[in-house]
Amino acid sequence: MNTWFIHLPFLVVGILIAIGLYTVLFKNNLIKMIMGIALIQNGVNLFLISLAYRKDGVAPIWTSAPDEFMVMPTPHALTLTSIVIGLATTALLLSFVMMIKKHYGTIEADKVRRCRE
Amino acid sequence: MRRSVAALAFIIIFAFLILGMSQLRPFGEPENTEMDDYFLYDRDEGSQAHNQVNNVVTAILFDYRGLDTLGEATVLFSAVSGVVAVLRKVKRSQKEVHG
Amino acid sequence: MNWKMSRVVRTVADVMVVPIIIFGVYLIIHGHLTPGGGFQGGAVIASSTALLIIAYGSFGKHKDSLSSLESTGLTLFILLAFLGIGYTVFYNFLASGGAVFGGSVHYGINPGRLDSGGTVPLMNIMVGLEVAAALSLILWMMAKGSDSMDVEEVKG
Repeated sequence: MNTWFIHLPFLVVGILIAIGLYTVLFKNNLIKMIMGIALIQNGVNLFLISLAYRKDGVAPIWTSAPDEFMVMPTPHALTLTSIVIGLATTALLLSFVMMIKKHYGTIEADKVRRCRE
Repeated sequence: MRRSVAALAFIIIFAFLILGMSQLRPFGEPENTEMDDYFLYDRDEGSQAHNQVNNVVTAILFDYRGLDTLGEATVLFSAVSGVVAVLRKVKRSQKEVHG
Repeated sequence: MNWKMSRVVRTVADVMVVPIIIFGVYLIIHGHLTPGGGFQGGAVIASSTALLIIAYGSFGKHKDSLSSLESTGLTLFILLAFLGIGYTVFYNFLASGGAVFGGSVHYGINPGRLDSGGTVPLMNIMVGLEVAAALSLILWMMAKGSDSMDVEEVKG
């Protein structure tokens, strides 16, 4: 097995987290930074889901299931929890940005920093 | 200066990310699946025998790991409280300014 | 958002809100049989609130009713969790024998039965209530907040 070979879902996870990290580090707009945080969250969720997959498994629901061999259900449950928490924190961050826009009149990060001094 | 430090940090983190991703096990072939097989297939304590629930993910969410769901609901509640408090404060300060 | 959209958008919103809410309730009450559950169904119901806010603007005062719905859902969820305290917290004391949702299913692939699951469908309903009210409250408060921000920009 070649150790430098990256399977495709893990590569997609890496690219998603890298795009999110780039957006958080190099963009000046606060809403774009929140988009970067959401991208990192989605990358982590996709990583958990791709760890849960078993080859030729079906969804872990017994109602009229086509097969008895199923993927692992625990990471799905934890990812469901993580999605809702990500939604709530994104809403809280966006309301903070609305407050900043009201008080400082801008949502560019360096201008807000200059206004505060 | 600041941007170059950020670029260096980004390159280092991305290199470690790709390195870690390349050393993972193959996709679709997990090794330790005893807990999930217990939830799925156990005839005495599994989700169908113990909870009479067909959807195993729902059984894990609300029975086996119910405390996680309780914490998640609490996080959602406090986030909503934060949103309401922040946006109410905006309206009140506007009233003080304009009249 | 004090403005209204045009008559076409308002009519389509009126027609589409009821099927969206019915689909969300279907997802919630079949959460122990099919893909779905409290979180997903609550998010679908909150999307109907988003449609109404887009079509009509953030009218009325719904903050107290929505937050009391959310608190009711969370309180009933915790109460239902602690009713199984004789064995453990979150013990499924209604499964296979209780009066409500007390049916039993066979092991293996089966066609599914709505009258089964014990406390799990009840908890799905509580969490669906809480998530629907919470997301609707977030959307409504943010629409209201952007409204006051527009007033601030015009005056100042």
